[in-house]
Amino acid sequence: MSGNKKAFYFLLIPVLLWLVLLIIVPHIDLFISSFKVDGDSSSVFSLENYTIFFKEKIYWFTFLNTVIYAIGITLLAFVVTFPVAFYLTKVVDKKYASFLTLMLLIPLWVGELVTIYGWVIILGDHGVINESLIWLGIIDKPITLLYTNFSMSIGLLYMSMLFMTIPVMTTLESLDDSLIEAASDLGASKFTIFRRIIIPHAMPGIINGGIIVFMLVIGDYVAPNILGGKSNLWFTEQIYNQFLSTFNWNQGAAFGFLLLVISSAVIWMALKLSGQKLEKVGS
Amino acid sequence: MIRSLPNSPMYKYGYRFYIVLFFIFLVLPLIAISVLAFNDSNSIALPWHGFSLDWFFAHTDKRVGLFHDTDLLRSIWISLETAFAMAVLSTIVGTMAALLFEQERFKFKGLLYFFAIAPLVIPGVILGISILLSSTYVGDLLDTKFGIDAEVFSPGFWLVVFGQFSFGATYALLLISARLKKFDPQLEEAALSLKATRLQAIRYITIPFLKPAIIGAFAVTFIMSFANFNTTIFLIGSDPTLPVELFSRIKFSSTPVLNAVSFMIVLFITIVATISLFTNRKK
Repeated sequence: MSGNKKAFYFLLIPVLLWLVLLIIVPHIDLFISSFKVDGDSSSVFSLENYTIFFKEKIYWFTFLNTVIYAIGITLLAFVVTFPVAFYLTKVVDKKYASFLTLMLLIPLWVGELVTIYGWVIILGDHGVINESLIWLGIIDKPITLLYTNFSMSIGLLYMSMLFMTIPVMTTLESLDDSLIEAASDLGASKFTIFRRIIIPHAMPGIINGGIIVFMLVIGDYVAPNILGGKSNLWFTEQIYNQFLSTFNWNQGAAFGFLLLVISSAVIWMALKLSGQKLEKVGS
Repeated sequence: MIRSLPNSPMYKYGYRFYIVLFFIFLVLPLIAISVLAFNDSNSIALPWHGFSLDWFFAHTDKRVGLFHDTDLLRSIWISLETAFAMAVLSTIVGTMAALLFEQERFKFKGLLYFFAIAPLVIPGVILGISILLSSTYVGDLLDTKFGIDAEVFSPGFWLVVFGQFSFGATYALLLISARLKKFDPQLEEAALSLKATRLQAIRYITIPFLKPAIIGAFAVTFIMSFANFNTTIFLIGSDPTLPVELFSRIKFSSTPVLNAVSFMIVLFITIVATISLFTNRKK
């Protein structure tokens, strides 16, 4: 074996082990398990786990609800953070830009559990917001903010929005300021510049960010479970229940597979509509 | 609109006001946690009862501070061990994958690369359940067919490490690839023409060039592991990591000791961020 070949196999084998043992085989296993029936050891394939999903309204309705929420939060993340990404790359004095960008990263690094817990403290009946409003005399008894769809949405937005900001900032950094100056000199309004120059240039970053945000939100459990109410419906909770409470793993596998299918389908559509490739998402 | 163009004061101050609001939204949970970690109270939120270090140091019937809370300290230690093992594995395999995909040509490269970056868009819960399913399957098979009781395949420390590594390697691959793209292949060709083997060239030329990215990848994957909940929860044995311990405390028994541990995490991350800001500025 020549030296080059040896080096090639030295690199290839660990990578293959990673991809085959931890990515490919487990997903095939997920797919196969979803067609088995719990407690029935005969290896006959059955559609029962999927028919239960479509028959029980609680399951498919929760599924639909989760998808709609995830799309809504993704759009919201774009609207909320785009002005911030633009400000940090194009408006603010360069001296402060790296400091402010770093501040964006701190909540990400601190982690979801801690920041979601922070929102429990802020939104509770004796939380920062209610106590402040009472102290200011605006209200005289606490308003219910925690354990509602509102608090759940705040949590989902908070934990995911920075994954939109960072790719958008990367694309905006590569936008030449002179294009904006030229358009402005030729009399274009701010709105026209925004719509015709800035947005088209930032599009790859917006799609990349949108894909990551959507995936994080649709697959999240912490924010809906801690901040959402008892009647609140989130599909990952159904998966957790099947795996960790009722121990019906095959039913859980079917739910998991459905979640994987819908998230892949939405991501695929976003890539198709924008003419991008998955290979570019990570860059 | 941008630095070089004039703006109306209305626009300028309106924009700045929005940015200030955004950053308040961003830091509010972190500030709330940090301040309330020092509240002399048995409830996690307001009202403020005065300054106290009880939730760090107390060891009484009513209050057990962070430094006497053995379960919490133990979970921190487990998280550190897990994060270290996961970051080492992810960085090594991520580096190999980067060298493989950037510098080698082989059949099915595109397909393998697709699987390598797929974890970016697969929800963490799916990775968790599919790895749980297949490892349980293999574990059962070994047990019934060969009478081998292999602990690696049942939920516990190593399964958590491998579960997190399945996506950690993807992030390491992307970070290291980005730097490898800037590598001048002539350097390695020079080494090869001087009779170095390919592996020697990698060892003495390419790896030193990649060192900053390798250190960066180690830090990023370490922090990802330390904060991970969605994948970890399915693979955990009897020893919870910090996020899992935090989750069950938030749900069932929250005391301000949670504020104290959260404060320590926020403090640690802020210090790391400040150091990275100054080292980047020096360059």
